[in-house]
Amino acid sequence: MEKDEKNMTCCCSCSSPNALPQEIVAYIHECMQKPHSESYLIPVLHKIQNHFGYLSPVYLEEVAQLMHIPASKITGVATFYHLFSFTPRGKNRISVCLGTACYVKGSGKLMERFKEKLGIKENETTPDGMFSIECSRCFGACALAPVVVVNDKVYGDVKPEQVEKILADYGFKK
Amino acid sequence: MPTSLEKLQDMRRKSIFKVFEEKFRASIRITVGSATCENAAGATDVYERFQQNIQKHAGLEVILSKVGCAGRCDLEPMVTIVSHGQIPVKYMRVNPEKADKIFEDHILHGKVLEDFTMRRTAGLYNAQRVITVCGGKNCFDKHCSDIEKAFLENIQKLGIADKIILTRSACQGLCQYGPVCYVYPDGIMYQKLTPDIVKQICEEHLLKNHTLGQYTWTGERLTNRSFPFFGDVYFFGKQLRLTLRNCGVIDPESLDEYLAVRGYEAIAKILTEMKPQQVIDTVKKSGLRGRGGGGFPTGQKWQFAANQPDKEKYMICNADEGDPGAFMDRSMIEGDPHTILEGLMIAGYAIGASKGFVYIRAEYPLAVQRLEKAIADSKKSGLLGENILGSGWNFDIEIRLGAGAFVCGEETALIHSIEGSRGMPSPRPPYPAISGLWGKPTVINNVESLANLPVIILDGADWFSSIGTEKSKGTKVFALAGKVANTGLVEVPMGTTLREVVFDVGGGIKNSKAFKAVQTGGPAGGCLPAECLDTPVDYDSLNAAGSIMGSGGMIVMDEETCMVDVAKFFLDFTQSESCGKCTPCREGTRAMLAILQKITDGKGEDGDIEKLERLGSIIKNASLCGLGQCAPNPVLTTLKYFGHEYRAHIYSKKCPAGVCSALVTYNIDPEKCVGCTACKKKCPVNCITGDPKRIHAINQEDCIKCGTCLAVCKFNAITKS
Ligand SMILES: Cc1cc2nc3c(=O)[nH]c(=O)nc-3n(C[C@H](O)[C@H](O)[C@H](O)COP(=O)(O)O)c2cc1C
Ligand code: SF4
Ligand code: SF4
Ligand code: SF4
Ligand code: FES
Repeated sequence: MEKDEKNMTCCCSCSSPNALPQEIVAYIHECMQKPHSESYLIPVLHKIQNHFGYLSPVYLEEVAQLMHIPASKITGVATFYHLFSFTPRGKNRISVCLGTACYVKGSGKLMERFKEKLGIKENETTPDGMFSIECSRCFGACALAPVVVVNDKVYGDVKPEQVEKILADYGFKK
Repeated sequence: MPTSLEKLQDMRRKSIFKVFEEKFRASIRITVGSATCENAAGATDVYERFQQNIQKHAGLEVILSKVGCAGRCDLEPMVTIVSHGQIPVKYMRVNPEKADKIFEDHILHGKVLEDFTMRRTAGLYNAQRVITVCGGKNCFDKHCSDIEKAFLENIQKLGIADKIILTRSACQGLCQYGPVCYVYPDGIMYQKLTPDIVKQICEEHLLKNHTLGQYTWTGERLTNRSFPFFGDVYFFGKQLRLTLRNCGVIDPESLDEYLAVRGYEAIAKILTEMKPQQVIDTVKKSGLRGRGGGGFPTGQKWQFAANQPDKEKYMICNADEGDPGAFMDRSMIEGDPHTILEGLMIAGYAIGASKGFVYIRAEYPLAVQRLEKAIADSKKSGLLGENILGSGWNFDIEIRLGAGAFVCGEETALIHSIEGSRGMPSPRPPYPAISGLWGKPTVINNVESLANLPVIILDGADWFSSIGTEKSKGTKVFALAGKVANTGLVEVPMGTTLREVVFDVGGGIKNSKAFKAVQTGGPAGGCLPAECLDTPVDYDSLNAAGSIMGSGGMIVMDEETCMVDVAKFFLDFTQSESCGKCTPCREGTRAMLAILQKITDGKGEDGDIEKLERLGSIIKNASLCGLGQCAPNPVLTTLKYFGHEYRAHIYSKKCPAGVCSALVTYNIDPEKCVGCTACKKKCPVNCITGDPKRIHAINQEDCIKCGTCLAVCKFNAITKS
């Protein structure tokens, strides 16, 4: 695809500017050719979130038009699932696992430590946009509990003393 | 025209040849574990380091490959060195530096680095052979301890005791041939042993390398392919690896390796010689029950769907694995993705579906990636898609990702989620087997249920049903985690006791603390105390004890775990995961949580326990789906078995385990404090006062009970009560 096509208007009859990247629009069109096309809504939302890090109302609006699904339904679906976020998250996303195995091994304390160091609460982002913290429910690496995931890197057997070191790895300065 | 089975066999021959050429011909093969857990422990760096070392030594006959997780997650990254005719050497907790050393000493100079190995017996690597005697319960009456004794006596008499390792395995489901023993690395199995035969084996085979053909068992089984690799390690020897048969053994990203271990033979066999109804009957006869938690007989569920006249039907693999503390399904998919696809195909053929879905958590990116590759590879080879193996049968598989909603593991919610809606459960009936995805008959099976199918088809329903207990057949995989020494994945025959799993396979409690409870079934299950340790793991016994089998999460708790806090943890989970559709679940769990919060905050009152019990029984009876119906279980079982802890919180305002911070105080013992100031420096709220070399004190008003001072004091002067 040509680069400047990105800013062209949407190819269906709607006239909204194309906020979504071309590859996602193409994916949606591909899904629309398949039977039960509306069932691809969640995969589409995943793609948008992977690309932008969150779901902004503008994109949801566009998805509604492209997929012929009412915007209210899309919002309903998107808000139902925990993995979808509606606010931009930090450049470095810290997820502390609060699943059973990690909890039993003290991940609650890790969470406290991260919050204290960064001065933010769960699901918040530091003012400089560098870090956000969220809790998750099990990464399936329970044998290494307690587990902390930063972006895509999994840290196992994390001790409270390591919190500062992990943050420092991502450029946090106190 | 060759049949599907003949075509498959032909493919297998080619694959075996290819795998041999590529991987086994080399005199040394290095395998590095590769799974989410392994990679988190640093396996990728280790793999790369070996790669660099091999490149540096051109001409060296060494092959490097990846395998799935073998299950000993606490010892990862694991590296196995397989040399022809020798017992494989397993190195644990390898890092790049150790990798260098292993390469230098072991690969280049043939010297095993014993300090890095995973071994139980000193001097293991001087041993030439491992003898594993089956020690299953059914064989006990056949005097298998006599067999062990006979081996010991004979090898001592012959003076080869230091060359032979004797171990015991779990029941291998060969009881009619029992007692049996395996001899590795020869890979020979002897059957119907008597002390006299043992004597002959020792004298002829062990001493003179003559196999005694007249006593060997030459049948073939899919199971325990891991034995030649791991049979000498106690942790593995106590297991029966049926669904995990390939995990940690084959390269999960290689279709050839899967084909080489009889992969896709089960589907080829049924396409060639079985009608769908025969497949259903076989699975019925095997006694397989759903491993996703409910334990519903799989064959019966299929029958409902098969009986529907609809042309369009769907098969779904439930890989949502929402239980926070369970990772069986992830490991299985990451370690052996083709088995899941084959299982899904077998089920699809049986019920008459031509489309299958794998609904998998988005939190498992590596598993998704391996499944995608497996689907693409098998399609390319004509094993999936249209006209599979020339049989005229079509089946397609699509992956759908979850998005972090626990309730989507429930069948009807899962279906709504695939349809692109909010994942809220609907009342049943109609059951999905009658009217499911897009209103069509749909069967949903758990990952582990499906992984059993190739075994049942190839090794037979009779054999499968010989393992386990009367009403629970086969094996169960558990994800052992928490305060247990050996964390990881274990697969044991049904009927094994909790004690055997936690203490024998799991190695007991970490840091020699006291055992308090074992939790099975996740947020839907219960916590069982020491008195219940002799409960056999099967659906009915665990139910009777007040817990459930669940999908396989098993969390061990020690004396430092507060059971009220644990109950609160689970309820907090179910409460936030409740979809909100029905009142008892939505409001009831919130009310219960509020009471638990009050109790752990030290504000519990008389009557709270009764209120919890009453609410619990209402929620259980009046909720629409399994989430609500099971939500009170963790609270009710802890009330039943650990009522004293609740009472201590409510009436004495004490948390016996010292977990609930509102009920804990930190104090400085003036007798022990030397005034080193360490605690004062570290206290996050600066509530410790004292001059250097003077006794320090904690200002209780400001203390946030973070426990830092306790951790930093080197003089044990800080006490927690
Ligand atoms: C709230 C809830 C969550 C569930 N989560 C899972 C799950 O993560 N994986 C699973 O296989 N089954 C789960 N189940 C059970 C499934 O609904 C279903 O019974 C199972 O997948 C059927 O497969 P099986 O017969 O092979 O066990 C869950 C049930 C409920 C009520
Ligand atoms: S029991 Fe709970 S999760 Fe299930 S339908 Fe009702 S509110 Fe939803
Ligand atoms: S760390 Fe221990 S010894 Fe040192 S001042 Fe604190 S209480 Fe006293
Ligand atoms: S528990 Fe934490 S807050 Fe309280 S005195 Fe010790 S270090 Fe300070
Ligand atoms: S409970 Fe934390 S990774 Fe599973």
